[in-house]
Amino acid sequence: MSAATITPDLIAQHQLTPDEYQKIVDILGREPSYTELGIFSVMWSEHCSYKSSRIHLKKLPTRGKLVVQGPGENAGIIDIGGGYVIAFKIESHNHPSFIEPFQGAATGVGGILRDIFTMGARPIAVMDSLRFGRLDDPATGARNRRILGGVVSGIAHYGNCFGVPTVGGECIFESCYDGNPLVNVFALGVCRKEDVFYAKAAGIGNPVIYVGARTGRDGIHGASMASAEFTEESKQKRPNVQVGDPFLEKLLLEACLEAMQTGAIVGIQDMGAAGLTCSTCEMGSRGGVGIEIELDRVPQRETGMTPYEIMLSESQERMLLVADKGREEEVFRVFRKWGLDAVEIGSVTGDGKLRVKQHGRVVAEIPNRELADEAPLYNRPHSQSLRRAPLEAPSLPSPNIEPALPALLTSGDLCSKRWIWEQYDYQVRTNTVAGPGADAAIIRIKETGTSVAMSLDGNGRYCYLSPREGARLAVAESCRNLSTVGAQPMAATNCLNFGNPERPEIMAQLVEAIEGMGEACRFFDTPITGGNVSLYNETLGEGIYPTPVIGIVGLLPTVPPAGAVFRNPGRSVILLGGVGSCDETRFGGTQYAKVILKQLWGLPPALYMDQEKRVESAIREIVRDGLAESAHDLSDGGLAVALAECAFGSVGARIDLDSDLRPDLLLFHEGPSRVLISTSSPEKIAVIAAKHGIDAPVVGVTIEKEIAISRRGTMLGRWEIAALRAHYEQALESHVR
Amino acid sequence: MKFGVIVFPGSNCDHDAFYATSHAISQQAEYIWHDSATLGDVDAVILPGGFAYGDYLRCGAIAKFSRVMKAVRNFAAEGGPVLGVCNGFQILVEAGMLPGALIRNRGLKFICREVGLRAGTTDSPFTCAAHKDRVYRMPIAHGEGCYFAEDRTLDELEAEDRIAFRYVDNPNGSLRDIAGVLSRERNVMGMMPHPERAAEVLMGSSDGLVVFQSLLSVAVRA
Repeated sequence: MSAATITPDLIAQHQLTPDEYQKIVDILGREPSYTELGIFSVMWSEHCSYKSSRIHLKKLPTRGKLVVQGPGENAGIIDIGGGYVIAFKIESHNHPSFIEPFQGAATGVGGILRDIFTMGARPIAVMDSLRFGRLDDPATGARNRRILGGVVSGIAHYGNCFGVPTVGGECIFESCYDGNPLVNVFALGVCRKEDVFYAKAAGIGNPVIYVGARTGRDGIHGASMASAEFTEESKQKRPNVQVGDPFLEKLLLEACLEAMQTGAIVGIQDMGAAGLTCSTCEMGSRGGVGIEIELDRVPQRETGMTPYEIMLSESQERMLLVADKGREEEVFRVFRKWGLDAVEIGSVTGDGKLRVKQHGRVVAEIPNRELADEAPLYNRPHSQSLRRAPLEAPSLPSPNIEPALPALLTSGDLCSKRWIWEQYDYQVRTNTVAGPGADAAIIRIKETGTSVAMSLDGNGRYCYLSPREGARLAVAESCRNLSTVGAQPMAATNCLNFGNPERPEIMAQLVEAIEGMGEACRFFDTPITGGNVSLYNETLGEGIYPTPVIGIVGLLPTVPPAGAVFRNPGRSVILLGGVGSCDETRFGGTQYAKVILKQLWGLPPALYMDQEKRVESAIREIVRDGLAESAHDLSDGGLAVALAECAFGSVGARIDLDSDLRPDLLLFHEGPSRVLISTSSPEKIAVIAAKHGIDAPVVGVTIEKEIAISRRGTMLGRWEIAALRAHYEQALESHVR
Repeated sequence: MKFGVIVFPGSNCDHDAFYATSHAISQQAEYIWHDSATLGDVDAVILPGGFAYGDYLRCGAIAKFSRVMKAVRNFAAEGGPVLGVCNGFQILVEAGMLPGALIRNRGLKFICREVGLRAGTTDSPFTCAAHKDRVYRMPIAHGEGCYFAEDRTLDELEAEDRIAFRYVDNPNGSLRDIAGVLSRERNVMGMMPHPERAAEVLMGSSDGLVVFQSLLSVAVRA
């Protein structure tokens, strides 16, 4: 091994602390080579090692009777019956998407798709949780619009070409995401239970095979980039962002699934963050074996690449697999058919080490387990969660209800996202029973005759006011979304987007959000089977709101969905869960406070998990019994916004509310555990609601063309649907221009 | 009746075409690999949607050179019905089996949306079961679906009654609202909307079945 001079500067450039460096020296029993230093730096980066979050992640529930595979693999897996399983996971691609929005988002989609099919599952759905800075900000609006446009086209480019439907998600705008957009991508795939593959090397002497794209210099140190704050120099990191080729990934998908069918593959892992380094040492570590590779055999698209560059490249669309010795040809034949490179680059050894050679000389030799699993763990100090918002409500001006509703419906967070999702192919594979715009997306599983529902939810504003309560609310909302379409929530995946964990007030946000999420996931019986943590979402010292995003999947029978929209006039309108209650403190995180009052204060809406669970049980029963002609849950914007959304099919409602709340609180508070239903069987619904111990007042009746809301006979507001819908539908497109 | 679904590297609606023909109308279906020199004993050929060979050049520009296209050409020359959907339409145009070109959508963006269509003619094996006064709901999903041809060609298509489908509300700037066209011999049709995605009520519409049922009724009569 070449003796490189490892200086303190070089160590710092690799974002390793002196203590971490000493640990490396202790593990190796010597100074590392330059290549070894690079390998340790990516494996021990925050992005790959979860060194700040891991001890807290252990607080999350991960087991359940349907869970086949929990955290630690490329994706979580749950049993959906009929001999089939689904694999699903969410990942962030925040940092690359800021530096190069189109490729950053595109490769985010590519990365999560590989995580799914590396487990043997064919991807059948993608969803995206997106957050950007405000589009109308005088200083940053132009850049934010460019990032939004780039991210959306990048997702469309990759997903549409690959042939996976993008069926839902969320898109939120806040100033705190100005320098730090969030791009979280969720993917879900299906396979037979006995066809699941794991990323585990086994069988001493078995060949290690590299397949897919050639290795270039792109994406070197991407994982470390995602583990640091942004500064003015970050734009120079553009070469760190990888370039995606969805066509190649599509070929890789088909070839991998076909090769798996040969029975000659022992284990397989994609090359994502930290590329060849991560895939070799993790597969070796999981199998308790060593892996030896010769870099001269790695397909390369550039000449003169150093071992350091080859090991750290994050070139996309590559996989590493271990095959049964003697059956390599069966694997090669499949990849040849699909026109892909497949090359034996090494073999499994018995010494537990990752040994990397170039021109026959050893350039790195590191114990796999220490490299992959023994990164330093930090119990970072955490104090009080950062919050600059006051607890006290300001004195609220007297409300002007009628103009407030169209103002909310044209705001970035609440307006129609059609401009975004029409750019996505949300139907390919002909399984989309309910797509974008529905409370939860529904994908039928052709193989089993059942369907899977899924929803992605996060709420940075709530979490900023209280990370613990906000995280619980996100889980509750996601479960409610599933229940509203008749699905039983089964399991979850999470993406934790936070600022710099080395600041105790940020670390506190992370700890509290994880604990809140854990409490709610335990309560709703939705174990977390995997996910991703994205820290250092800060630019020039300004952090994002704490933004945990949860993706929950559920099962339901395959039937035509009721949908959210009122279909016929003359139906009873029921507010399952009742009008709820809210005080001024709990009003400070609402969209009304944001859009109309332009303030943020107090606490998030109050969640009573027991009440939430009863409402969810009731709505599932109502929907499954076919008693709801439409069902839509209340969330951002509260009752008035939900009612408007129900009316966009052009059937509206006249409702009268029995409540003492101030009109602005009554119409726009965001108390959870509520669902709006239209029905021709109100008596049957009353029976079900009573059985579950919840209120279900009939608040009105559906009518043609307009919405009218009164309180105890006094009119609060009337709106013509056509005008409201025009505002709602055109808003985003006009913001983007 | 037996449908052959061509699979190019990058085709991604091949499974959907297979499913629609084998499940929705309960006929036989089989995949035909792009490298195949023959089509076997199929009664009709479908070129499915997707991004054949990645479509990094013009859409369909590389697919037209694949080996299977020679067999498809011969099949069509012998009168066999050939249906190109979306990317399949683009390939048929690039291969010169249909006139015109498909260029970037007027709005420059990919559009996935259900649209209304009217059959321009019922005199074809793909539309003979259609009613000219009915609006058929089918989805589109494309970035390059704007149908373009010289006026002379468009006049000729109209004079020869070769416009298979027209958009009710033109989504992409296609000239004369054209969504699908027929070859001169009327046995080759390309259309941008996806009939195979509108083959079950569960998917939101079963109006796309009209294309497959037309083919079936011709096959039964033959």
